[in-house]
Amino acid sequence: MIKKILIVLFFSFNANAALEVTISQGKVEPTPIAITQIFGADSDTARYGNTLRQIISNNLTNSGLFYTVNEDLYIQSDNLVEKVPRFEDWKLIKAQFLLSADVSKTDKGIRLRMRLYDVFNAKEIEKLQLTIPDENLIRRVGHTVSDIVYERITGETGYFDTRIVYVSEIGPLDQRVKRLAIMDQDGHIDSHQFLTDGKNMVLTPRFAPNKQLITYMEYKNNLPRVYIYNLKTGEREIVGDFPGMTFAPRFSPDSQSVVMSFSDPNNAANSEIYLMDLNTRSRSRLTNDSGIDTSPSFSPDGKKIVFNSDRGGSPQLFIMDKNGDNIKRISKGRGVYGNPVWSPRGDLIAFTKLTQGNFHIGVMDVNGNNERVIVRDFALESPAWSPNGRYLIFHRQKRSNLDGTGGEVTIHFIDITGYNERIIPTPRDGSDPAWSPLL
Amino acid sequence: MLKKLFMLIVAGFFLASCAATKTEQGGDVDAASASSSSSSGGEITAGTQEDLIVNVGDRVFFEFDSSELTVDAQATLDAQAAWLMQYPDTNITVEGHADERGTREYNLALGDKRAFSVYSYLAQAGIDTNRMEYVSWGKERPEVIGSDETAYSQNRRGVTIVSN
Repeated sequence: MIKKILIVLFFSFNANAALEVTISQGKVEPTPIAITQIFGADSDTARYGNTLRQIISNNLTNSGLFYTVNEDLYIQSDNLVEKVPRFEDWKLIKAQFLLSADVSKTDKGIRLRMRLYDVFNAKEIEKLQLTIPDENLIRRVGHTVSDIVYERITGETGYFDTRIVYVSEIGPLDQRVKRLAIMDQDGHIDSHQFLTDGKNMVLTPRFAPNKQLITYMEYKNNLPRVYIYNLKTGEREIVGDFPGMTFAPRFSPDSQSVVMSFSDPNNAANSEIYLMDLNTRSRSRLTNDSGIDTSPSFSPDGKKIVFNSDRGGSPQLFIMDKNGDNIKRISKGRGVYGNPVWSPRGDLIAFTKLTQGNFHIGVMDVNGNNERVIVRDFALESPAWSPNGRYLIFHRQKRSNLDGTGGEVTIHFIDITGYNERIIPTPRDGSDPAWSPLL
Repeated sequence: MLKKLFMLIVAGFFLASCAATKTEQGGDVDAASASSSSSSGGEITAGTQEDLIVNVGDRVFFEFDSSELTVDAQATLDAQAAWLMQYPDTNITVEGHADERGTREYNLALGDKRAFSVYSYLAQAGIDTNRMEYVSWGKERPEVIGSDETAYSQNRRGVTIVSN
C-alpha cells in the first residue's frame, strides 16, 4: 500500500519541475498504525515499555508517513506477542498495521519481544526478540525498532537511530556564546549533551561517514581553524593548521579526507578549496580563481564536489571533479546561492538561495535542473540531509531589532516534498544542524 | 538490521560515551572579540584604542558583498597609518565583518577579504606587518543588532583593534 503511495510521490516530483515553484503536490496520507501498550510485569518493565512506546510512536508520527491510532479506540487490549490478534477488531478501527511488544527482566538484562502485523492481510510481517544489558540503551532500542517498522512497511531505509550535532547558542546577538552539542534525531532532552564549553566560538559541525568524528570550525586563541572532534575520546585536534583561516569543512565519503576552504594570506586572503588527507596530512589545492570558493560538499561516490563561488560575479553553485578539474556552474535561477549539500542518495543537491529579500531552501538535480523550493523565510540556512535522503534539517532565524530583541534561531525538520515541517526542540537556540549516518 | 542491533548491544553506546567537556586553555574569545567602543569622561591616553576611536576612527565600512576600500575608507586608513607611525610600539588586529544577509561560510570568506584589504592597505602605507594581524568574524559579531539596512551598513566593516 505504502509502496504504491511512494511511487505516486515519485512521479509527482518529476511533474513538479519548474523553477521557483514550491512543491504543492506529493502529500502522503499517513498510514494508520496501532501500537499496543508495551507490556511489563513490574513497575520497571512497565516504565521501559511506556518509554519505548512513546519513542516509537513519536518517531513514526514525526516521519509524516504514519500516525498512531488513538489508544482509546483499541477494542482488543491483550498482549499480542504470543497470541494471534483478532484482526477484525483492528480493521474496525482502521489500523493498517499493528505493533505489539512486551518487556521483561531476565538474568542477562532487559528482554524486548516485538511483533508487527499487517492487519488487512491478517498476517505477521516482522518479529523480534532482543536482550539489552542495561536501561541506558532503551532510547536506542526504541529508535532501532522504529527503523525496523519504518523499513518493513515503507521499503525505505530508516533514519531514527541517528544523532544530530549542532551549534547551541545563547546570549546577546552581538556576543553569542556558541557551543557544540549533540542529541538524538528527535531532540529528546535525555539524549542532549554539550561537547564544548562555549569559551571559544564554534561553527559548522559536520559528521564523518564513519560516525565517530565531527569536523567543525573553532576560534581558538582568536585563530579560526578547522578541527576534528573525536566522539569516542572527546579529543579535539586541529586539521586546518594553515597560515590563515580554514573553514567550511566536510568529510569525504571514506572519512579519510576533509575538504575545506583556506584563505591564504599569500593569495590576498581569497578563499580556495583544499583537500586534506587525514593520514598523510598532505594538502592539495583544488580551485584557483580570484573569486571566493567555499562550502565544498562531496558526492556520495567521492568523485565530484559541489561548491559555492562568486567567480562569475554573484555567489552561485558549481560542480568539479574531486581533483578540481571540469568546473561547471549548475545553479540557473536568479538569486544568490550558497550552502550546497549533496544528498546521500546522490541524486539531489540541497542549497540556500537569497532572492527578493528572502532565503529559500531548495533542491536541484546534480546538473542544476528541476530546481524546487522547499521552504522560504526571512533567514534560513544550513540544510543537512537525513541519511536516507528523504528529509532535510536546517535552521530558521527570526528578524532582530535594534533593542536587541528577536533573532531567535531554531532547528527544523522537513520532508523534501515541503510537507511535515516541525521544530526539533533544543534547550537553547540552535543552528548549523548536521545529521549522523545511521548508527 | 538485527545484526546491527546485536553490534549495538555488544559494543555499547559509543556515542553516549562522549568524554565530558574539557576546559580549553586560552583566552575568552567571546568577551575579547567584542569590539571596544568605550567612552569615558576623563582624559584620553595617547596611543590607546580610545585615542584611535576618538581622534582617528577605528573602522571602515564596505559596500554590500564587496571587500574594496572606498575613498572614505582609504582616508580613514591613511589617518590610521599616520597614527600607527606615531605610536610604533602599538600592535593591532584588524577584524573583518559582514552583514547577516549571506551564508555563514560565504561571510567568513568575505570578512577575511575585508580584513585583508585593510591589513594590506596599512602595510602598503608603511606599517610593519609584524605589528599587524587580521581575523574574519564573518557575520558572527554584529556591531548593530537589527535586520535592516541601517544595521547592515554598520556591520559591513573592518575594525582596527589595538592589541597591546
